[in-house]
Amino acid sequence: MKIDLARFRETFFEEAAEHVATLEQGLLGLERPDADPDLLNSIFRAAHSIKGGSGTFGLEQVASFSHVLENVLDRMREGTVQPTRARIDLLLRSTDVLKGLLVSARSGEAAPAELEQVLADLQREQASGADPAAASAAGGEGASEHAAPPQATNAPQLRRIHFRPASDVLLSGLDPILVLRDLASLGEIREVTCDTSRLPSLTALDPEVCHLAWTVVLSSDACEAAIRDVFAFVEDGADIQVSVAAGASAAASTARGPAVNERATPKPTADATAPAAGPAFRRRASDVEASSSIRVSIDKVDRLVNLVGELVIAHSMVADVVSHFTLDKLDRLQAAVSLMGRNTREMQERVMGVRMMPIGSLFGRFPRMVRELSGALGKDIQPEMSGEETELDKAVVERIGDPLTHLVRNAVDHGIDDVETRRAHGKPEQGVIRLAACTQGGSVIIEVADDGRGLDKERIHRKAVERGLARADEVLTDEQLYALILQPAFSTADKVTDLSGRGVGLDVVKRNVEALNGSISITTTPGRGTSFRIKLPLTLAILDGQVLLVGEELFVLPLVSIVESLRPKRAHVKQVFGDGEVVMVRGDTLPLIRAHRLLGVPTEVIDPCEGLTVIVEHEGRRVALLVDDLRGQQQVVIKGLDVNYRRVEGVLGATVMGDGRVAFILDVAGLIRMTDPDAVEARRALAHARAETSYAPAAAAA
Amino acid sequence: MTEDRSVSHKSREAEARAQYLTFHLGEEEYGIEILRVQEIKRYPAVTPIPNSPPHIKGVMNLRGSVVPILDLRTRFGLPAVEHTRFTVIIVVTVGTKVVGLVVDSVSDVLAFTASQIEPPPQLAMGTKDSFLTGMAKHDERLISLLAIDAVAEREEPVAVEEAA
Amino acid sequence: MARTALIVDDSISMRQMVAFTLKEAGFSVIEGENGQDALTRADGQKIDLVITDLNMPVMDGITLIRELRGKPAFKFTPILMLTTESQDTKKQAGKSAGASGWIVKPFDPGKLLAVIGKVLP
Repeated sequence: MKIDLARFRETFFEEAAEHVATLEQGLLGLERPDADPDLLNSIFRAAHSIKGGSGTFGLEQVASFSHVLENVLDRMREGTVQPTRARIDLLLRSTDVLKGLLVSARSGEAAPAELEQVLADLQREQASGADPAAASAAGGEGASEHAAPPQATNAPQLRRIHFRPASDVLLSGLDPILVLRDLASLGEIREVTCDTSRLPSLTALDPEVCHLAWTVVLSSDACEAAIRDVFAFVEDGADIQVSVAAGASAAASTARGPAVNERATPKPTADATAPAAGPAFRRRASDVEASSSIRVSIDKVDRLVNLVGELVIAHSMVADVVSHFTLDKLDRLQAAVSLMGRNTREMQERVMGVRMMPIGSLFGRFPRMVRELSGALGKDIQPEMSGEETELDKAVVERIGDPLTHLVRNAVDHGIDDVETRRAHGKPEQGVIRLAACTQGGSVIIEVADDGRGLDKERIHRKAVERGLARADEVLTDEQLYALILQPAFSTADKVTDLSGRGVGLDVVKRNVEALNGSISITTTPGRGTSFRIKLPLTLAILDGQVLLVGEELFVLPLVSIVESLRPKRAHVKQVFGDGEVVMVRGDTLPLIRAHRLLGVPTEVIDPCEGLTVIVEHEGRRVALLVDDLRGQQQVVIKGLDVNYRRVEGVLGATVMGDGRVAFILDVAGLIRMTDPDAVEARRALAHARAETSYAPAAAAA
Repeated sequence: MTEDRSVSHKSREAEARAQYLTFHLGEEEYGIEILRVQEIKRYPAVTPIPNSPPHIKGVMNLRGSVVPILDLRTRFGLPAVEHTRFTVIIVVTVGTKVVGLVVDSVSDVLAFTASQIEPPPQLAMGTKDSFLTGMAKHDERLISLLAIDAVAEREEPVAVEEAA
Repeated sequence: MARTALIVDDSISMRQMVAFTLKEAGFSVIEGENGQDALTRADGQKIDLVITDLNMPVMDGITLIRELRGKPAFKFTPILMLTTESQDTKKQAGKSAGASGWIVKPFDPGKLLAVIGKVLP
């Protein structure tokens, strides 16, 4: 049977990335005085898992590096060496190298440049104080597999094998018969005798105890080690003897086997088979990037499966009532339908829940960042985190990362003072940055707080006046005042440090949060600290979209509706019925819809052979949509137009793009409907009216 | 005693006086109840809404909300003009909705008592009559007070009918 | 009827690979994330084979093996441990807890099935 495990490579890389994060977080956690004693175990486990998985996929560099790393960690775990700052520095660097090695294994890029240096440092660390022989042996093992494979003798040999398993062998879930079968696979069994001499009478028989022994005469070209290997699982407490059968095959008739009573040394069962690395495990680098998957816990899937089951039952109830329907069954029908409704709603919620992931995956990046930034600034800052398990939509987690990073940088940079200043103010030298998340009703609250100097109201006001954001005599509430620092290009730092690039300020944070339908607020106490509170909706209506350009406007087309995009050859575009147009795409004739006309957007790209046509599909109907150009694909947050306006034909909703502008999300079904002749006529009238009233020197008088 | 009375008298008077934000469209001056005004903004980046009536300029991003922009000139049939540095958006609430109004410039906050407001004149302008709640005089200025709900909400397809 | 295997590993990729290989070989598969999880999932199920990692959070493999062997339903069930340790100590600990045998990582599907053949007819 050929089983290809290459499909699990991607999972391994994702998992490995998590293990690397665990390593990094754990190492940082070790420096804390209140470090959890189990922390080292989980760090060790992470390195260990990477080693195990990488070996299976034939990623030898990763395997051998993580092996050395594991050894160093193991010594720490045993308490042989202490987690000093220097050691943790080295381990953190190793984590980086490991991360780089994984990237290089995944994409085919070159191995990280620091590999050799770090590996040398690690090996030195591994060897220091340890038994040098053991260290070098361990170092070699990860890379090169076990020693030479068992030698095979060419000519088959006859051997007599005696096997009396331990009497409790059955209680280990082992069956001696299987051992005999395994033995048979090595060659040809000439003779088997079963020794029943120890078998008690039926009344005294304990069926859980093995009383039997066997003697087998085997003709095989396998060496003795291979034969003993068959008994690897059952050798404990067993009597196993292997000897060359007397008067056997001519070639070996005189030779006797070595010490028959000697207890076989356990041998790894790995030896005989080929190493796991093979061409099947290699993938092209281009395959790697497309993956964008969600990992879902088995629990969630199980609950979904159960729900589907209930839904099927509810459906059959409805079907049953309907198939023999009489009016007196109306109650039953209503009950069944409402049950189905409940199931459907719950299902909807749970399916959305599949997209949820803990915010801890994001928080994980901050301890390291804080450590490095504060080190560079001569500050001593301890990050504290809580609520890491709080779940948020995957897309929200991905998009809130940058704003949080900015807030944390900001806190390190401007919020918390250096050690001397803190001491002078009678505060503990070590500052604290707290990241907290929790669920509150339908929202998630994320807080980034520091115990630094707090915001300076005076200075903010002065700056606001300078920037024309407030009048000098204006009296602002605290809330209004703090809100000013979220305005574009507002900075209260007296000097620009190299850490937080002032180009992007808190206004970007605010904009990103708001694009996610969230809000941000600030509280501060002079001398005590500042806290930024971000409130985000638990779930979002999110859509995978293709961004496209028509005229000067960006639109988003749901990816699910897109079949393909192409630039038609001139011969493939035809006029029909006067102003109707079609595009021929591989034998299909598709109506050509000019997006600029449908959407009333002026553009210069009116030749289908110059723009791009996007083939979209709805309910089996395909049309070719002419647009100017395609931009990237991205996930967008859908905002209903009817919240402040009304529904618009052909438009599913709006979204806020990265630059803060609104773009419309197109509704393919609506666009197709809009090509009906009546709709076309109405639109023409509207366009006419628009032209009349838009700015023009000779505009109609009032 | 006397002080008390004067205070209560004042507050009664204050109750009767409604405050209006006034703004210009060309030479004409209009007023909107100040309680309906959420904020005043510079003219933002506006994304046109496909196939919308002419007076809907498009939508803007207001702190993550998508808010329609309504051009009052077009709405009132005034000639369009180029935007100046005084052109602003008055963000108003209409029921649960938030709408931005484009005006040439904002001028004042004025308070009128009921007696200063006269009923709107019959202009024989059809639907546009209902855009006003009244007219107020302030010194020599005549200020048209807007029925903002009617202006923003009623989506009668004026333009299409006219063009058809 | 298909035989059922319980696969216990905190590494998803490892678990998936073992599960996939076994499914290809005709097993139906129950997966557990750690010892504790596996015990919960195995409860009330008829299981013909257990493959477990040793190094896991919450409940490690050795404890799981001991727990399983204590249950009448698992008295004779083959239990294989997945291990990267080439040292005897882990194997011995597993064996004395009641493991039938071991599979050394890294492995390939052929090797995995060969080892299973040693403990399941």
